[in-house]
Amino acid sequence: MPLSITLTINGEPRRIDLDDPRVTLLDLLRERLDLTGTKKGCDRGQCGACTILVDGRRINSCLALAISHDGAEILTIEGLARGDALHPVQQAFIAHDALQCGYCTPGQIMSAVGLIGEGQAGDDPERVREGMSGNLCRCGAYAGITEAVIEAQRALTSDAEKAA
Amino acid sequence: MNRFDYVRPSSVSEAVAAGAEPGSAFLAAGTNLLDLMKGGIARPTRLVDVGRIPGLDAIETLPDGGVRIGALVRNADLAYHQEFARRFPMVAEALLSGASAQLRNAATTGGNLLQRTRCPYFYDTASACNKREPGAGCDALAGENRQHAVLGWSEACIATNPSDFAVPLAALDAVVEIEGRGGRREVPLTDFHRLPGDTPQIETVLAPGELIVAVRLSADAAAFAGHARYLKVRERTSYAFAVVSAAAALRIADGRIEAARLALGGVALKPWRAREAEAALAGASPGFESFQEAAALALAEARPSGDNAYKIELARRVIARALTLAAAGTPERLPALPGSPFASGGSLHD
Repeated sequence: MPLSITLTINGEPRRIDLDDPRVTLLDLLRERLDLTGTKKGCDRGQCGACTILVDGRRINSCLALAISHDGAEILTIEGLARGDALHPVQQAFIAHDALQCGYCTPGQIMSAVGLIGEGQAGDDPERVREGMSGNLCRCGAYAGITEAVIEAQRALTSDAEKAA
Repeated sequence: MNRFDYVRPSSVSEAVAAGAEPGSAFLAAGTNLLDLMKGGIARPTRLVDVGRIPGLDAIETLPDGGVRIGALVRNADLAYHQEFARRFPMVAEALLSGASAQLRNAATTGGNLLQRTRCPYFYDTASACNKREPGAGCDALAGENRQHAVLGWSEACIATNPSDFAVPLAALDAVVEIEGRGGRREVPLTDFHRLPGDTPQIETVLAPGELIVAVRLSADAAAFAGHARYLKVRERTSYAFAVVSAAAALRIADGRIEAARLALGGVALKPWRAREAEAALAGASPGFESFQEAAALALAEARPSGDNAYKIELARRVIARALTLAAAGTPERLPALPGSPFASGGSLHD
């Protein structure tokens, strides 16, 4: 099987030749496409730093082979803002000081975008914390992260209501 | 990670032919397999990617009222499927108590049942492990073994099965549909995983090349929906494997238990069905006394495999608590902290 795949990454279709089936989506993004916003923490699916959206769902990109995802639509932290306008989750993370060193932040933000899209947590802090438990923050910014996710959830819900 | 060839069959028959070749491993989401390969614990020379085989990703209601879950249905999609969660609430609760949202979005029904133990000695390639290398010995026996098995273990292996999903499936008499080169066969989930004995490297009844294509639950299993809970004690509230868990379901009429279903997780190398406890509960009055008696029966054969005698008493208490929660009735909405002994309500960390 030729190791050539097509991915739509942050809205842009890309044809990618893989020289090895071992390449994960994480390594593809970081090492071959220079999209280094997605972070490698544990590389074993335990920390969530590598969270991206694949076809709208948040997954750990370190545990996903690129070759398995031919045709997928990928959204990373680099594709979240609209020009200079930050995504509501990005704005909320700044407003609530939801980070310290920042290493886990792209994964936290992508996970929060996924969580809000799933629509299971609403603005219940306990459900938000549970829904974000796959993203570790060793600086311990969890209180701010929970507040930021709840505020972004409210902002996005109110935007959706205005649009309706 | 070792080098491997990659093939992507487009049908089940192609997959089972490819999977039977020596050195092959099936790849679905890969959330466990790729982790094992990165650690050098699994070293397949060929991955057979079954992730895109058509027809394996449906949740179907069957004419008899049961449900058929395709092997590629993602754990999150099953747990959040409203009709499924309404009819099999403790399966949904168990799924949502496991792993993280990211992993549940990827992990599949078949893959969940085939995940490997998280015994640290299995994961550490510098340690002796009969499961990883038959005949090598077991470093867990004299090691850090407080998390290890108290039921069904052998001197060759004291590891546990990490799946939450498999526990309510075992309690509810789920059936695994398997396809191989010889055709299709069915195995009750309670017979699917093997106890270690002298061959801990053989973990399931699957022959080389055999592929799980679906898991079925019957209409009879749905009759327990009103009183069904999964309770999971772990070392942190979320994103941790069970120390001990229990799936408990009751059918109650006129203040009496008509029928009970009970299985344990975290205690053995397979989900542990407690049939004697179920038999004792049938006809009993739901309450602390009958639940304690059931718990004692379920652990009657238990013995510590190391520094884990505490698990036996913990398992008794988890059973009594799970039965108490089940008797109180399945909550209308899944708890904020699925499977947690902590009541939700926002007070835990606020």
